Amino acid sequence: MKKSEIPDPFAAQRSKCGYETIDDQNDPVTMLLRHKDVRKTAHNYKTFTSETVPGRIVVPSEVNIRDTRQIPFEMDPPIHGAYRSVLEAWFKRPNNADYQEALTTMVSSIIDEMLAKESLEVVNEFALPLQSRALTLLLNTPFKESETWISWGTHVFRSEGEALDADKANVLYDYIDRELDRAIANPSDDLYSVLMQSDFDGRKLSKEEAKGVMVLTFAGGRDTVINAVTNAIAYFADHPESLKRLRKEPEIITNAVEEMIRYFSPLTHMGRVVTEDAQVCEHAAKADSRVSLCWASANRDENVFENPDEIVLDRKINPHVGFGFSHHNCLGATHARQIMRILLKELSEKIGSIEILDLKENIEQWGRFQRKVGYHKINVKFNAITP
Amino acid sequence: MAKITFITSDEQRITVEGFSGSVMALAVENGIKGIDGDCGGVCSCATCHVHVAPEDVSKTREASEIETDMLELDDHTDQYSRLSCQLQISEDLDGVVLRVAK
Repeated sequence: MKKSEIPDPFAAQRSKCGYETIDDQNDPVTMLLRHKDVRKTAHNYKTFTSETVPGRIVVPSEVNIRDTRQIPFEMDPPIHGAYRSVLEAWFKRPNNADYQEALTTMVSSIIDEMLAKESLEVVNEFALPLQSRALTLLLNTPFKESETWISWGTHVFRSEGEALDADKANVLYDYIDRELDRAIANPSDDLYSVLMQSDFDGRKLSKEEAKGVMVLTFAGGRDTVINAVTNAIAYFADHPESLKRLRKEPEIITNAVEEMIRYFSPLTHMGRVVTEDAQVCEHAAKADSRVSLCWASANRDENVFENPDEIVLDRKINPHVGFGFSHHNCLGATHARQIMRILLKELSEKIGSIEILDLKENIEQWGRFQRKVGYHKINVKFNAITP
Repeated sequence: MAKITFITSDEQRITVEGFSGSVMALAVENGIKGIDGDCGGVCSCATCHVHVAPEDVSKTREASEIETDMLELDDHTDQYSRLSCQLQISEDLDGVVLRVAK
Protein backbone atom coordinates (compact mmCIF):
# COMPACT_ATOMS: atom_id res chain seq x y z
CA MET A 1 0.00 0.00 0.00
CA LYS A 2 1.29 3.44 -0.88
CA LYS A 3 1.86 5.76 2.03
CA SER A 4 -0.51 8.38 0.70
CA GLU A 5 -3.37 5.96 0.28
CA ILE A 6 -6.56 6.67 2.22
CA PRO A 7 -8.47 3.44 2.60
CA ASP A 8 -12.26 3.29 2.66
CA PRO A 9 -13.24 1.55 5.91
CA PHE A 10 -16.96 1.82 5.14
CA ALA A 11 -17.13 -0.22 1.91
CA ALA A 12 -18.41 -3.52 3.28
CA GLN A 13 -21.01 -2.01 5.58
CA ARG A 14 -22.12 0.45 2.90
CA SER A 15 -22.97 -2.30 0.46
CA LYS A 16 -24.33 -4.71 3.08
CA CYS A 17 -26.66 -2.44 5.03
CA GLY A 18 -25.95 1.23 4.35
CA TYR A 19 -25.73 2.51 7.91
CA GLU A 20 -24.07 1.92 11.24
CA THR A 21 -24.94 3.21 14.69
CA ILE A 22 -22.03 4.34 16.85
CA ASP A 23 -21.88 5.80 20.32
CA ASP A 24 -20.78 9.37 21.00
CA GLN A 25 -20.83 10.53 24.62
CA ASN A 26 -24.10 8.62 25.22
CA ASP A 27 -25.81 10.40 22.33
CA PRO A 28 -25.58 7.71 19.61
CA VAL A 29 -25.31 8.58 15.94
CA THR A 30 -26.44 6.50 13.00
CA MET A 31 -23.95 7.07 10.21
CA LEU A 32 -25.53 7.01 6.75
CA LEU A 33 -23.06 5.53 4.31
CA ARG A 34 -24.64 5.61 0.84
CA HIS A 35 -24.33 8.54 -1.56
CA LYS A 36 -28.05 8.64 -2.30
CA ASP A 37 -29.15 8.52 1.35
CA VAL A 38 -26.55 11.09 2.37
CA ARG A 39 -27.69 13.59 -0.27
CA LYS A 40 -31.43 13.01 0.32
CA THR A 41 -31.04 13.38 4.06
CA ALA A 42 -28.86 16.48 3.73
CA HIS A 43 -31.56 18.02 1.57
CA ASN A 44 -34.45 17.16 3.91
CA TYR A 45 -33.86 19.73 6.64
CA LYS A 46 -37.40 19.48 7.96
CA THR A 47 -36.98 15.92 9.17
CA PHE A 48 -33.21 16.15 9.71
CA THR A 49 -32.50 19.46 11.38
CA SER A 50 -29.33 21.42 11.99
CA GLU A 51 -31.15 23.80 14.30
CA THR A 52 -30.83 22.02 17.61
CA VAL A 53 -28.77 22.53 20.78
CA PRO A 54 -25.51 24.22 19.63
CA GLY A 55 -22.81 21.62 19.05
CA ARG A 56 -25.14 18.62 18.86
CA ILE A 57 -24.95 18.11 15.09
CA VAL A 58 -21.19 17.86 15.28
CA VAL A 59 -19.68 14.42 15.83
CA PRO A 60 -18.06 14.16 18.34
CA SER A 61 -20.70 16.34 19.96
CA GLU A 62 -19.58 19.77 21.16
CA VAL A 63 -22.61 20.25 23.40
CA ASN A 64 -20.45 20.20 26.52
CA ILE A 65 -17.86 22.66 25.29
CA ARG A 66 -19.79 25.47 23.65
CA ASP A 67 -23.03 27.46 23.83
CA THR A 68 -22.41 29.74 20.86
CA ARG A 69 -24.54 28.79 17.88
CA GLN A 70 -22.46 28.63 14.71
CA ILE A 71 -24.13 30.65 11.96
CA PRO A 72 -25.47 29.84 9.38
CA PHE A 73 -24.33 26.26 10.03
CA GLU A 74 -26.68 25.55 12.94
CA MET A 75 -29.82 27.14 11.47
CA ASP A 76 -32.39 25.67 9.08
CA PRO A 77 -34.02 27.31 6.08
CA PRO A 78 -35.55 29.79 5.61
CA ILE A 79 -33.58 31.76 8.23
CA HIS A 80 -30.42 29.88 7.22
CA GLY A 81 -30.80 31.30 3.71
CA ALA A 82 -31.28 34.81 5.06
CA TYR A 83 -27.99 34.58 6.97
CA ARG A 84 -26.29 32.94 4.06
CA SER A 85 -27.30 35.73 1.67
CA VAL A 86 -25.70 38.28 4.01
CA LEU A 87 -22.43 36.32 3.83
CA GLU A 88 -22.42 35.00 0.28
CA ALA A 89 -20.74 37.91 -1.49
CA TRP A 90 -17.93 38.11 1.09
CA PHE A 91 -17.20 34.39 0.92
CA LYS A 92 -17.15 34.47 -2.90
CA ARG A 93 -14.30 37.03 -2.90
CA PRO A 94 -11.77 34.25 -3.58
CA ASN A 95 -13.09 34.26 -7.15
CA ASN A 96 -11.63 37.76 -7.64
CA ALA A 97 -8.36 38.11 -9.53
CA ASP A 98 -6.65 40.26 -6.86
CA TYR A 99 -7.50 37.70 -4.14
CA GLN A 100 -6.00 34.93 -6.26
CA GLU A 101 -2.89 36.97 -6.95
CA ALA A 102 -2.33 37.57 -3.24
CA LEU A 103 -2.92 33.90 -2.50
CA THR A 104 -0.52 32.87 -5.26
CA THR A 105 2.19 35.02 -3.69
CA MET A 106 1.61 33.34 -0.31
CA VAL A 107 1.65 29.82 -1.71
CA SER A 108 4.64 30.47 -3.90
CA SER A 109 6.70 31.96 -1.10
CA ILE A 110 5.96 29.19 1.41
CA ILE A 111 6.94 26.57 -1.18
CA ASP A 112 10.20 28.45 -1.72
CA GLU A 113 10.79 28.50 2.04
CA MET A 114 10.30 24.72 2.15
CA LEU A 115 12.58 24.13 -0.83
CA ALA A 116 15.36 25.81 1.10
CA LYS A 117 15.07 23.28 3.95
CA GLU A 118 16.81 19.95 4.21
CA SER A 119 13.49 18.43 5.37
CA LEU A 120 10.22 19.65 6.79
CA GLU A 121 7.24 18.46 8.76
CA VAL A 122 4.31 19.18 6.46
CA VAL A 123 1.45 19.54 8.96
CA ASN A 124 3.07 22.10 11.24
CA GLU A 125 5.60 23.76 8.97
CA PHE A 126 3.62 23.93 5.75
CA ALA A 127 -0.11 23.21 5.96
CA LEU A 128 -0.81 25.07 9.21
CA PRO A 129 1.06 28.27 8.25
CA LEU A 130 -0.43 28.17 4.76
CA GLN A 131 -3.95 27.74 6.14
CA SER A 132 -3.44 30.54 8.65
CA ARG A 133 -1.87 32.97 6.19
CA ALA A 134 -4.57 32.29 3.61
CA LEU A 135 -7.21 32.95 6.27
CA THR A 136 -5.95 36.52 6.61
CA LEU A 137 -7.19 37.01 3.04
CA LEU A 138 -10.60 35.55 3.75
CA LEU A 139 -10.96 37.72 6.85
CA ASN A 140 -9.18 40.67 5.25
CA THR A 141 -7.05 41.10 8.37
CA PRO A 142 -3.34 41.99 8.63
CA PHE A 143 -0.95 39.19 7.64
CA LYS A 144 0.69 39.18 11.06
CA GLU A 145 -2.53 37.88 12.68
CA SER A 146 -1.61 34.55 11.13
CA GLU A 147 1.22 34.25 13.65
CA THR A 148 -1.31 34.14 16.50
CA TRP A 149 -3.42 31.53 14.76
CA ILE A 150 -0.39 29.39 13.98
CA SER A 151 0.55 29.49 17.67
CA TRP A 152 -2.78 27.83 18.56
CA GLY A 153 -1.66 24.60 16.87
CA THR A 154 -3.60 22.43 14.47
CA HIS A 155 -6.81 21.98 16.43
CA VAL A 156 -9.00 24.83 17.52
CA PHE A 157 -11.11 22.69 19.84
CA ARG A 158 -8.76 19.84 20.63
CA SER A 159 -5.40 19.39 22.20
CA GLU A 160 -2.98 16.64 21.42
CA GLY A 161 -4.38 13.26 22.37
CA GLU A 162 -7.67 14.55 23.74
CA ALA A 163 -10.99 14.54 21.99
CA LEU A 164 -12.40 17.87 23.09
CA ASP A 165 -10.89 20.64 25.08
CA ALA A 166 -13.02 23.44 26.51
CA ASP A 167 -9.97 25.52 27.53
CA LYS A 168 -8.70 25.46 24.01
CA ALA A 169 -12.10 26.48 22.63
CA ASN A 170 -12.08 29.41 25.08
CA VAL A 171 -8.83 30.73 23.60
CA LEU A 172 -10.63 31.05 20.28
CA TYR A 173 -13.83 32.51 21.78
CA ASP A 174 -11.93 35.10 23.81
CA TYR A 175 -9.89 36.07 20.77
CA ILE A 176 -13.02 36.50 18.63
CA ASP A 177 -14.71 38.52 21.40
CA ARG A 178 -11.76 40.90 21.52
CA GLU A 179 -11.66 41.26 17.76
CA LEU A 180 -15.38 41.97 17.57
CA ASP A 181 -15.09 44.60 20.34
CA ARG A 182 -12.27 46.19 18.40
CA ALA A 183 -14.37 46.16 15.22
CA ILE A 184 -17.27 47.78 17.09
CA ALA A 185 -15.02 50.52 18.51
CA ASN A 186 -12.89 51.04 15.40
CA PRO A 187 -14.53 49.60 12.29
CA SER A 188 -12.21 48.69 9.43
CA ASP A 189 -12.77 46.71 6.24
CA ASP A 190 -12.21 43.28 7.80
CA LEU A 191 -14.85 40.57 8.17
CA TYR A 192 -15.53 41.39 11.84
CA SER A 193 -16.40 44.98 10.94
CA VAL A 194 -18.41 44.00 7.88
CA LEU A 195 -20.46 41.58 9.99
CA MET A 196 -21.16 44.18 12.68
CA GLN A 197 -22.41 46.55 9.99
CA SER A 198 -24.50 43.94 8.13
CA ASP A 199 -28.22 44.39 7.79
CA PHE A 200 -30.24 41.35 8.68
CA ASP A 201 -34.01 41.11 8.88
CA GLY A 202 -34.40 44.89 9.18
CA ARG A 203 -31.73 45.28 11.89
CA LYS A 204 -27.97 44.91 12.29
CA LEU A 205 -26.39 41.54 13.08
CA SER A 206 -25.86 41.15 16.82
CA LYS A 207 -22.44 40.54 18.31
CA GLU A 208 -23.49 37.00 19.27
CA GLU A 209 -24.52 36.30 15.68
CA ALA A 210 -21.27 37.73 14.32
CA LYS A 211 -19.42 35.59 16.83
CA GLY A 212 -21.30 32.54 15.55
CA VAL A 213 -20.12 33.29 12.02
CA MET A 214 -16.54 33.86 13.11
CA VAL A 215 -16.35 30.66 15.18
CA LEU A 216 -17.64 28.73 12.18
CA THR A 217 -15.09 30.39 9.90
CA PHE A 218 -12.19 29.59 12.20
CA ALA A 219 -13.23 26.08 13.19
CA GLY A 220 -14.65 24.86 9.90
CA GLY A 221 -11.66 25.84 7.85
CA ARG A 222 -8.84 24.61 10.02
CA ASP A 223 -8.40 20.80 10.24
CA THR A 224 -10.16 20.45 6.91
CA VAL A 225 -7.81 22.70 4.95
CA ILE A 226 -4.78 21.36 6.81
CA ASN A 227 -5.74 17.77 5.96
CA ALA A 228 -6.45 18.59 2.32
CA VAL A 229 -3.10 20.34 1.89
CA THR A 230 -1.13 17.67 3.76
CA ASN A 231 -2.82 14.80 1.92
CA ALA A 232 -2.08 16.49 -1.40
CA ILE A 233 1.63 16.67 -0.53
CA ALA A 234 1.65 12.99 0.46
CA TYR A 235 -0.16 12.09 -2.77
CA PHE A 236 2.41 13.91 -4.91
CA ALA A 237 5.23 12.23 -3.01
CA ASP A 238 3.85 8.89 -4.15
CA HIS A 239 2.89 10.18 -7.60
CA PRO A 240 5.57 12.39 -9.13
CA GLU A 241 4.04 11.59 -12.54
CA SER A 242 0.97 13.55 -11.45
CA LEU A 243 3.06 16.65 -10.74
CA LYS A 244 4.46 16.31 -14.22
CA ARG A 245 1.05 15.84 -15.76
CA LEU A 246 -0.36 18.96 -14.06
CA ARG A 247 2.65 20.90 -15.29
CA LYS A 248 1.85 19.86 -18.84
CA GLU A 249 -1.93 20.02 -18.52
CA PRO A 250 -2.75 22.83 -16.08
CA GLU A 251 -6.26 22.89 -17.53
CA ILE A 252 -7.12 19.75 -15.52
CA ILE A 253 -6.19 21.32 -12.17
CA THR A 254 -9.82 22.19 -11.41
CA ASN A 255 -10.84 18.58 -11.93
CA ALA A 256 -7.85 17.37 -9.95
CA VAL A 257 -8.85 19.50 -6.96
CA GLU A 258 -12.44 18.22 -6.98
CA GLU A 259 -11.09 14.69 -7.23
CA MET A 260 -8.76 15.19 -4.29
CA ILE A 261 -11.59 16.64 -2.21
CA ARG A 262 -13.63 13.55 -3.07
CA TYR A 263 -10.85 11.11 -2.28
CA PHE A 264 -9.55 12.88 0.84
CA SER A 265 -12.97 13.89 2.21
CA PRO A 266 -11.34 16.18 4.77
CA LEU A 267 -14.47 16.11 6.93
CA THR A 268 -15.59 12.53 7.55
CA HIS A 269 -19.19 13.26 8.47
CA MET A 270 -21.65 15.78 9.90
CA GLY A 271 -24.73 15.09 11.99
CA ARG A 272 -28.38 16.04 11.96
CA VAL A 273 -31.08 15.61 14.61
CA VAL A 274 -34.23 13.73 13.61
CA THR A 275 -37.36 15.83 14.19
CA GLU A 276 -40.01 13.12 13.63
CA ASP A 277 -39.91 9.33 13.37
CA ALA A 278 -38.58 8.57 9.93
CA GLN A 279 -37.06 5.86 7.79
CA VAL A 280 -33.69 6.15 6.05
CA CYS A 281 -32.20 3.21 4.21
CA GLU A 282 -34.29 0.68 6.20
CA HIS A 283 -33.17 2.34 9.41
CA ALA A 284 -35.96 3.53 11.69
CA ALA A 285 -34.70 6.95 12.74
CA LYS A 286 -36.47 7.92 15.97
CA ALA A 287 -37.39 11.50 16.76
CA ASP A 288 -34.67 13.30 18.73
CA SER A 289 -32.02 10.75 17.76
CA ARG A 290 -29.02 11.65 15.62
CA VAL A 291 -27.95 10.59 12.14
CA SER A 292 -24.80 11.59 10.34
CA LEU A 293 -24.10 12.24 6.70
CA CYS A 294 -20.92 10.33 6.03
CA TRP A 295 -19.32 12.32 3.23
CA ALA A 296 -16.25 10.08 3.28
CA SER A 297 -18.28 6.96 2.63
CA ALA A 298 -20.61 8.57 0.07
CA ASN A 299 -17.55 9.75 -1.84
CA ARG A 300 -16.42 6.14 -2.35
CA ASP A 301 -19.83 4.78 -3.31
CA GLU A 302 -19.16 2.37 -6.16
CA ASN A 303 -22.68 2.89 -7.48
CA VAL A 304 -21.76 6.48 -8.29
CA PHE A 305 -18.00 6.56 -8.87
CA GLU A 306 -15.99 4.30 -11.14
CA ASN A 307 -12.73 3.21 -9.51
CA PRO A 308 -13.78 4.97 -6.30
CA ASP A 309 -10.56 4.16 -4.47
CA GLU A 310 -8.31 5.75 -7.07
CA ILE A 311 -7.46 9.37 -7.65
CA VAL A 312 -8.38 9.94 -11.29
CA LEU A 313 -6.91 13.40 -11.79
CA ASP A 314 -9.12 14.39 -14.72
CA ARG A 315 -12.34 12.74 -13.52
CA LYS A 316 -14.98 14.49 -15.60
CA ILE A 317 -18.21 13.74 -13.77
CA ASN A 318 -17.68 13.89 -10.06
CA PRO A 319 -20.80 14.50 -7.96
CA HIS A 320 -18.81 14.28 -4.73
CA VAL A 321 -20.06 15.58 -1.41
CA GLY A 322 -16.67 16.56 -0.01
CA PHE A 323 -17.96 20.08 0.65
CA GLY A 324 -21.24 18.73 1.99
CA PHE A 325 -24.45 18.96 0.06
CA SER A 326 -27.55 21.10 -0.39
CA HIS A 327 -28.40 24.13 1.76
CA HIS A 328 -25.50 23.68 4.12
CA ASN A 329 -22.75 23.13 1.58
CA CYS A 330 -19.44 24.53 2.76
CA LEU A 331 -19.44 28.33 3.10
CA GLY A 332 -15.64 28.37 2.80
CA ALA A 333 -15.52 26.15 -0.27
CA THR A 334 -14.65 28.99 -2.66
CA HIS A 335 -11.66 29.88 -0.50
CA ALA A 336 -10.65 26.23 -0.04
CA ARG A 337 -10.89 25.51 -3.75
CA GLN A 338 -8.65 28.47 -4.56
CA ILE A 339 -6.06 27.36 -2.01
CA MET A 340 -6.00 23.91 -3.54
CA ARG A 341 -6.00 25.07 -7.16
CA ILE A 342 -3.17 27.50 -6.55
CA LEU A 343 -1.27 24.96 -4.46
CA LEU A 344 -1.44 22.38 -7.24
CA LYS A 345 -0.40 24.93 -9.85
CA GLU A 346 2.56 26.20 -7.85
CA LEU A 347 3.71 22.73 -6.78
CA SER A 348 3.58 21.49 -10.36
CA GLU A 349 5.67 24.44 -11.53
CA LYS A 350 8.29 24.29 -8.79
CA ILE A 351 8.52 20.75 -7.44
CA GLY A 352 10.04 17.82 -9.28
CA SER A 353 9.62 15.24 -6.55
CA ILE A 354 8.86 14.86 -2.86
CA GLU A 355 10.38 12.22 -0.59
CA ILE A 356 8.52 10.98 2.47
CA LEU A 357 10.99 10.47 5.33
CA ASP A 358 8.62 9.34 8.08
CA LEU A 359 5.04 9.82 9.11
CA LYS A 360 2.37 9.26 11.72
CA GLU A 361 -1.13 8.77 10.37
CA ASN A 362 -4.14 10.51 11.89
CA ILE A 363 -6.70 7.76 12.29
CA GLU A 364 -10.17 8.55 13.56
CA GLN A 365 -12.17 5.95 15.42
CA TRP A 366 -15.90 5.83 14.68
CA GLY A 367 -17.35 2.82 16.47
CA ARG A 368 -15.64 -0.15 14.84
CA PHE A 369 -14.52 1.91 11.83
CA GLN A 370 -11.04 3.32 11.69
CA ARG A 371 -10.69 6.09 9.16
CA LYS A 372 -7.46 7.73 8.10
CA VAL A 373 -8.16 11.41 7.59
CA GLY A 374 -4.59 12.65 7.22
CA TYR A 375 -1.42 12.78 9.28
CA HIS A 376 -0.37 13.88 12.74
CA LYS A 377 3.00 14.47 11.22
CA ILE A 378 4.76 13.70 7.98
CA ASN A 379 8.38 14.60 7.35
CA VAL A 380 9.31 15.11 3.74
CA LYS A 381 11.91 16.62 1.49
CA PHE A 382 10.90 18.84 -1.41
CA ASN A 383 13.10 18.59 -4.51
CA ALA A 384 12.99 21.40 -7.03
CA ILE A 385 12.50 20.68 -10.71
CA THR A 386 15.90 20.00 -12.19
CA PRO A 387 16.49 21.98 -15.35
CA MET B 1 -20.64 28.99 -33.21
CA ALA B 2 -23.70 29.45 -31.01
CA LYS B 3 -25.40 32.58 -29.70
CA ILE B 4 -26.63 31.97 -26.19
CA THR B 5 -28.87 34.34 -24.25
CA PHE B 6 -28.91 34.44 -20.46
CA ILE B 7 -31.65 36.13 -18.45
CA THR B 8 -30.39 36.97 -14.97
CA SER B 9 -32.45 37.30 -11.80
CA ASP B 10 -32.57 41.08 -12.26
CA GLU B 11 -34.12 40.54 -15.72
CA GLN B 12 -31.05 41.50 -17.73
CA ARG B 13 -30.79 39.77 -21.11
CA ILE B 14 -27.22 39.10 -22.16
CA THR B 15 -26.36 37.37 -25.41
CA VAL B 16 -22.88 35.90 -25.82
CA GLU B 17 -21.19 33.82 -28.48
CA GLY B 18 -19.44 30.56 -27.80
CA PHE B 19 -17.56 28.05 -29.89
CA SER B 20 -16.75 25.11 -27.65
CA GLY B 21 -16.66 23.99 -24.04
CA SER B 22 -19.53 24.13 -21.63
CA VAL B 23 -22.22 26.77 -21.33
CA MET B 24 -21.21 27.19 -17.67
CA ALA B 25 -17.63 28.09 -18.64
CA LEU B 26 -18.93 30.56 -21.24
CA ALA B 27 -21.18 32.18 -18.63
CA VAL B 28 -18.36 32.46 -16.09
CA GLU B 29 -16.01 33.97 -18.70
CA ASN B 30 -18.64 36.57 -19.46
CA GLY B 31 -19.45 37.28 -15.83
CA ILE B 32 -23.09 36.22 -16.06
CA LYS B 33 -24.54 36.99 -12.65
CA GLY B 34 -25.78 33.95 -10.74
CA ILE B 35 -23.69 31.36 -12.58
CA ASP B 36 -20.73 30.60 -10.34
CA GLY B 37 -19.63 27.20 -11.59
CA ASP B 38 -17.86 26.59 -8.28
CA CYS B 39 -16.80 23.00 -8.97
CA GLY B 40 -15.50 23.83 -12.44
CA GLY B 41 -18.03 21.65 -14.22
CA VAL B 42 -17.90 18.18 -12.66
CA CYS B 43 -21.56 18.10 -11.62
CA SER B 44 -20.93 18.47 -7.91
CA CYS B 45 -22.17 21.92 -6.89
CA ALA B 46 -25.28 22.96 -8.87
CA THR B 47 -24.19 26.61 -8.93
CA CYS B 48 -24.69 26.70 -12.71
CA HIS B 49 -28.39 25.83 -12.68
CA VAL B 50 -30.45 27.33 -15.54
CA HIS B 51 -33.98 26.98 -16.86
CA VAL B 52 -34.11 26.42 -20.61
CA ALA B 53 -36.83 28.43 -22.39
CA PRO B 54 -39.64 25.91 -23.11
CA GLU B 55 -39.44 26.50 -26.86
CA ASP B 56 -35.68 25.78 -26.82
CA VAL B 57 -35.72 22.46 -24.98
CA SER B 58 -35.38 20.57 -28.28
CA LYS B 59 -32.00 22.26 -28.82
CA THR B 60 -30.52 20.55 -25.77
CA ARG B 61 -29.60 16.92 -25.38
CA GLU B 62 -31.13 14.86 -22.64
CA ALA B 63 -29.68 15.15 -19.15
CA SER B 64 -27.70 12.24 -17.72
CA GLU B 65 -28.90 10.41 -14.64
CA ILE B 66 -26.20 12.03 -12.52
CA GLU B 67 -27.36 15.47 -13.60
CA THR B 68 -31.03 14.61 -13.05
CA ASP B 69 -30.32 13.22 -9.57
CA MET B 70 -28.48 16.40 -8.70
CA LEU B 71 -31.31 18.61 -9.97
CA GLU B 72 -33.91 16.56 -8.13
CA LEU B 73 -32.43 17.78 -4.88
CA ASP B 74 -32.40 21.47 -5.78
CA ASP B 75 -35.19 23.66 -4.41
CA HIS B 76 -35.69 25.63 -7.63
CA THR B 77 -35.86 22.78 -10.11
CA ASP B 78 -38.62 22.54 -12.69
CA GLN B 79 -39.08 20.52 -15.89
CA TYR B 80 -36.84 22.98 -17.78
CA SER B 81 -33.92 22.82 -15.37
CA ARG B 82 -30.40 21.95 -16.49
CA LEU B 83 -26.92 22.26 -15.09
CA SER B 84 -25.19 24.45 -17.63
CA CYS B 85 -21.85 22.68 -17.06
CA GLN B 86 -23.45 19.69 -18.73
CA LEU B 87 -24.57 21.66 -21.80
CA GLN B 88 -21.85 21.49 -24.41
CA ILE B 89 -21.69 24.37 -26.86
CA SER B 90 -22.39 23.40 -30.45
CA GLU B 91 -24.37 24.83 -33.36
CA ASP B 92 -27.39 22.93 -32.04
CA LEU B 93 -27.57 25.36 -29.13
CA ASP B 94 -27.63 28.46 -31.34
CA GLY B 95 -30.34 30.86 -30.21
CA VAL B 96 -31.06 29.12 -26.92
CA VAL B 97 -32.43 31.27 -24.09
CA LEU B 98 -31.48 30.30 -20.53
CA ARG B 99 -32.90 31.82 -17.39
CA VAL B 100 -30.41 31.74 -14.52
CA ALA B 101 -31.95 29.86 -11.59
CA LYS B 102 -32.24 31.42 -8.14
